[in-house]
Amino acid sequence: MSEMRRVTAIRNGTVVDHIPSGRAMQVIRLLRIDTDRSTPVSLVMNVPSDKIGRKDVLKIEDRELSHKELDRLALIAPSASIAIIRNHAVAEKMMVELADDLVNIARCSFSNCITINDREPLPQRMRVVNRDPLEIRCYYCGRGQDIEELIEKIL
Amino acid sequence: MGDLVTMDDLTNDEILSVLGDANRLLPVAKGTLHLPLLEGKVLANMFFENSTRTRMSFEAAMKRLGGSVLNFSSVGTSVAKGETLFDTMQMIDGYADIAAIRHPRQGAAQYSADSVEIPILNAGDGAGNHPTQTMLDLFTINNSHGSLDGLNVILVGDLRYGRTVHSLSHALVRFGASLTMVSPTSLRMPKEIVSDLRSHGAEVNEAESLQDQIPDADVIYMTRIQKERFPDEDEYAKVAGIYKLRASDLSGVKKAMIVMHPLPRVDEIDPSLDSTDHAKYFEQAFNGVPTRMALLCRSLGVEVPKKVS
Repeated sequence: MSEMRRVTAIRNGTVVDHIPSGRAMQVIRLLRIDTDRSTPVSLVMNVPSDKIGRKDVLKIEDRELSHKELDRLALIAPSASIAIIRNHAVAEKMMVELADDLVNIARCSFSNCITINDREPLPQRMRVVNRDPLEIRCYYCGRGQDIEELIEKIL
Repeated sequence: MGDLVTMDDLTNDEILSVLGDANRLLPVAKGTLHLPLLEGKVLANMFFENSTRTRMSFEAAMKRLGGSVLNFSSVGTSVAKGETLFDTMQMIDGYADIAAIRHPRQGAAQYSADSVEIPILNAGDGAGNHPTQTMLDLFTINNSHGSLDGLNVILVGDLRYGRTVHSLSHALVRFGASLTMVSPTSLRMPKEIVSDLRSHGAEVNEAESLQDQIPDADVIYMTRIQKERFPDEDEYAKVAGIYKLRASDLSGVKKAMIVMHPLPRVDEIDPSLDSTDHAKYFEQAFNGVPTRMALLCRSLGVEVPKKVS
């Protein structure tokens, strides 16, 4: 039995593969699946992976992730691969890619940043200044962001 | 185009060019020469936080060059009624040709620059950046040492909240300076700044004692421990008055060593030092005028003549 078959194959929806081991719960929160009671979700954690050692896999039924959701995903699972499933077949494959400029993905976590006033109309912006290790700063105030804190502040 | 939000907005050549312009504008800054390069232009002084030297030297610079100034203070205005920075800046975009902005929140200058068409000069954003102060600091250092290259600079005091030292250290390492950062543990330079400085290949040392650093210094840059930036009084009391420089501390220093301070001072520099040749802080405060003149001209696209007479 292949690793992907640990849970039933889905008819329509999205498979998020190669999530770093242990991060699937964060991905669920990040994609707001945890508050959506209408979507069946299957979760596999800590399965062996040739690519990243151990991985988590998510199968989300009857929902296709948008590009904006993929951008958010890049914050915690930059190596994830996405398959959109239609009628049991892979209809589309996508790779998560972390952009240099993250617009309206997350709110700056610094309490004295100008963007803390949510009535200010310009978009939230973050800059990726380093990819390995991941280092993200607010475009406006320049503060380095704690990635875990940033996940809590996803828009 | 003409924004100055952080020192990254200027290349080293541009910095030296602005310092050259400022030097040529010295007689205009002193009022001994009339040169209305900015006649008909309007500067908006947008001070959402108190300032003495920065606001007044911007005003003096603009007026000495024949321009005029709109002064804004957030007390008792629409800001007190809850207006966003974006909306306030839209108004200014229509009233002025350029704006200098000081704001208690970090990132306010970049936010303003992205909100309007006119050039924005960052006059201090929270504990972020203060690049026009850095330019006048570099002007002072360059005129005292004859060069900005390879100096040994000691930064002292509040390095965590002190925006002047954040901008200055970024600029100095680009000219090959060695930096020693003297502060209490609770007021150390933010780690992302230290990491940026080191990634430029700069030698950056951190220390808690000032006395050991004095003999090798080319510049000692003192700063005030800023009471207003502390969340509570007890934390402030622990570090207030920790560094004091007196004339008697300078017996073994290099002849050309200069002592600087962005002012206001509390008790970091004893008045006994004022009359020594090392004291440059009052000259430094005056240098805000020619430097800001040169920066206003640059941002407004007005060339300073190669020969000013």
